Amino acid sequence: MKARAQLTMAPDPSTTLPRSEGVEGVACAHCSLPVPRGMFREGEDAQYCCESCRAVAEMIRGCGLDAFYRLREATGGTEDARPASRAGRAFEELDADSFRELYCTEEPDGMRSCELQLEGVHCAACVWLVERLPELTRGVLSARLELGRALVRLRWNPEQTTLSEIARRLDGFGYIAHPARAAGARAARRLEDRRALIRIGVAGACMGNVMLVSIALYAGLFEGIEDSVRMLFHWVSVLVGILAIAWPGSVFFRGALASARRGAWHLDQPIALGLSVGAVTGLINAVRGSDDIYFDSLTMLVFLLLIGRWARVRHQRGAVDSVELLYAFTPRMVRVVEGEDRRSVPVESVVPGSLVAVEPGESIPVDGVVCDGSSSVDASILTGEAAPVRVETGASVTAGAVNIASPIVVRAEAIGAETRVGQIMRTIERLASGPTPIIGAADRLAGWFVGTVLLLSGACFGVWLHAGLEVAASHAIALLIITCPCALALSTPLATTVAIGRAARRGLLVKGGDALESLAGGGVMFLDKTGTVTVGRFALRDWTGDEALRPLVGALETRSKHPIARALATDDEMPVDDIEERPGLGITGIVDGQRLALGSPALMQHLGVEIPDWATEASDQAAASGRTPVLIGVEERVEALAELGDELKSDAPETVRALAERGWDVRLLSGDAPGVVADTARRLDLDAANSLGGVSPEQKLDVIDSVASGATRVMVGDGVNDAAALARADVGIGVRGGAEACLSASDVYISADGLGPLLTLVDGAKRTVRSIRLNLGVSLAYNSVAAVLAFAGLVSPLLGAVLMPLSSITVVALSVRARTFQEADS
Amino acid sequence: MSVIFIVLPLALVLAAFAVWAFIWAVRTGQMDDTQTPGVRLLLDDDDAEVRRPVAPDDDAPTPSS
Repeated sequence: MKARAQLTMAPDPSTTLPRSEGVEGVACAHCSLPVPRGMFREGEDAQYCCESCRAVAEMIRGCGLDAFYRLREATGGTEDARPASRAGRAFEELDADSFRELYCTEEPDGMRSCELQLEGVHCAACVWLVERLPELTRGVLSARLELGRALVRLRWNPEQTTLSEIARRLDGFGYIAHPARAAGARAARRLEDRRALIRIGVAGACMGNVMLVSIALYAGLFEGIEDSVRMLFHWVSVLVGILAIAWPGSVFFRGALASARRGAWHLDQPIALGLSVGAVTGLINAVRGSDDIYFDSLTMLVFLLLIGRWARVRHQRGAVDSVELLYAFTPRMVRVVEGEDRRSVPVESVVPGSLVAVEPGESIPVDGVVCDGSSSVDASILTGEAAPVRVETGASVTAGAVNIASPIVVRAEAIGAETRVGQIMRTIERLASGPTPIIGAADRLAGWFVGTVLLLSGACFGVWLHAGLEVAASHAIALLIITCPCALALSTPLATTVAIGRAARRGLLVKGGDALESLAGGGVMFLDKTGTVTVGRFALRDWTGDEALRPLVGALETRSKHPIARALATDDEMPVDDIEERPGLGITGIVDGQRLALGSPALMQHLGVEIPDWATEASDQAAASGRTPVLIGVEERVEALAELGDELKSDAPETVRALAERGWDVRLLSGDAPGVVADTARRLDLDAANSLGGVSPEQKLDVIDSVASGATRVMVGDGVNDAAALARADVGIGVRGGAEACLSASDVYISADGLGPLLTLVDGAKRTVRSIRLNLGVSLAYNSVAAVLAFAGLVSPLLGAVLMPLSSITVVALSVRARTFQEADS
Repeated sequence: MSVIFIVLPLALVLAAFAVWAFIWAVRTGQMDDTQTPGVRLLLDDDDAEVRRPVAPDDDAPTPSS
């Protein structure tokens, strides 16, 4: 009653949403994905693409929080919205004493605090929603969400509420809570971030002050200046300049030394060379009272370079975050069975041989063998196959798989890092932290650059030797300083940062410039099937027969844990009697006085329900096109047919064709059954021989490795089973709607809908690389001009002060002007 | 002696104070999250008339029409 009344009062979000393609021309009111025909409900204002979205949206409305949708639109978060997912668990493990000791902090006044990592956080409106917790749940004192890391800091009164209640409330809003692990790593990273920020701040302050003094000095060159004042200005520049080089600038010296020790070239080396020569010369000249001090240019160099570096580091962060989220996929707390007792313990304390109880709806925490009970498990996390697998006593199960149907007891064989999913995570961690295969273009130039500059300044010294040792030395040094590769060091990070910023506005989140560089040329592109080229969720696609039956069917399916049932469940509270689930066949029960049977033809035959010809025909047709038909028998006759399935994204065939035209070798690589994959390949006009199905996460790595090196290998996927492959490929692209862990393991995350954004990405990458090349060309040209001027003995500190920022400004202007991701609209 | 000999060091001292204040702010964690406080500013607290759901365990509201 309450929720319905709220629905009519609420502004209709479906009219305000930007995109409305899809089967019915209607977008989901919660996540704005197209609404499948089967989910469409006549006469309702708000339509949803799946039952989870409906449940979450009704929860939000029911709490009077409709403003969430307005805020989300106002802050531009609608584009990034993903279908809601709910764990539907009790989260009681969060209340265990051992959990409290590990993750919670007890405060002196008896309050407790804890950090939880939330799945499903995507925009500013999420901050608002999560931070309403204290008003919604008695006993919650404060909730602060950190958007970038999806980390919520909670404080609550343990006498009034429990952490599990808070987690259930968050779950109701579509945010699944995980304990935030790796607190040590987070703290270390926070310190590193703070140091970098302090360096930028100090360098900026130094630059500003030196600039002010220098402008006065240059004015003095023209207008005349008292000697004592000039000396004061000189010494202030020297002091502040040396501070800037010795404190924030020291990172360049350390970087140069570190790569020199490894025997590698790095752009830090010419920078360190220019900085040190400039500082020493400036100091000597200041002592001698000469005008040739360069500290204005040098401090600016330090400041601009630090900003460039900061931009780069921020983009590389995602890889580290990914691993933290991945661990959240296996539960941290498990229930160990000891005789009649069940104790909640942290997963770390489980040893092989322990018996672990897993309730329906929970993830299995360990690799092991089922020793009591039978159930079905959803192992899509590892296999990518959406259909659940039946497990009986004696069957092997893997950590991370979700138990669906009934309670089971598992004898642990491998725990934590030893489990299969743990090993995949370690692979990702290793791949993410390893050296990037592609060294930035600027770094590749660095070695060549250092040599040339040194040679040139030597030559310059030789040419001017006839004019005296002092003149020759001063010209050679001027050449070293003025050719310091500021513009060169800025060119790549700036062009990529600007391109990445623009791409983000188009729904493409690119983590590093390397990805754009690799995507600029063609190569081999592997596409995952489920969720990447298809919509990725089992949903009601079509309904034939009596519409009035749908609420009855929904009520019955709500009682089932089977994933097919989830697609039909409606959460309607209708009395249902005599429910019987028949594994592998379907479900029967009495709803509203009518006996319903939902399931396969075999179930109908078994029960003696008559199947009319139209139903047989339609069900065969559905099965042939890759859908799963569910017959709906009422009493003695099949009255309706529901078709469930996972369809191709509407723009998939077109995108695949366009990619092929651009020189990409597109192949499917999926964990789903080979037959289904071959069928999908055929519908996409792809070579079925190159499209592999039934591939395990580990095999995916081998397939990617088997592609001849030299060709760029791109993996596009959405599941955790793709995560290792995403990390291994030269460029990993995660698509909308996927598991967050996989998205963060990838180099690019496409948050816009459909497959079309892949094209935008490939085209934008090409333009970005062109813009980087232009920048490099300009900065090298500037350096050549500067070298010629120095050779001619024309370089004065004033010319240096004009030329050095001019080159940087040119590069900045070119980067900003470059139409990398702008004109992709056409 | 020109007044600049007093004003310039004074300016530097002021700048040093500003730098110290910045470092203090960073070290006390005020710059740790540069994203959320910016959006939090835009969100009104009184946008919603929050209704606490009846039962705390009642995750899904139950439309009973």
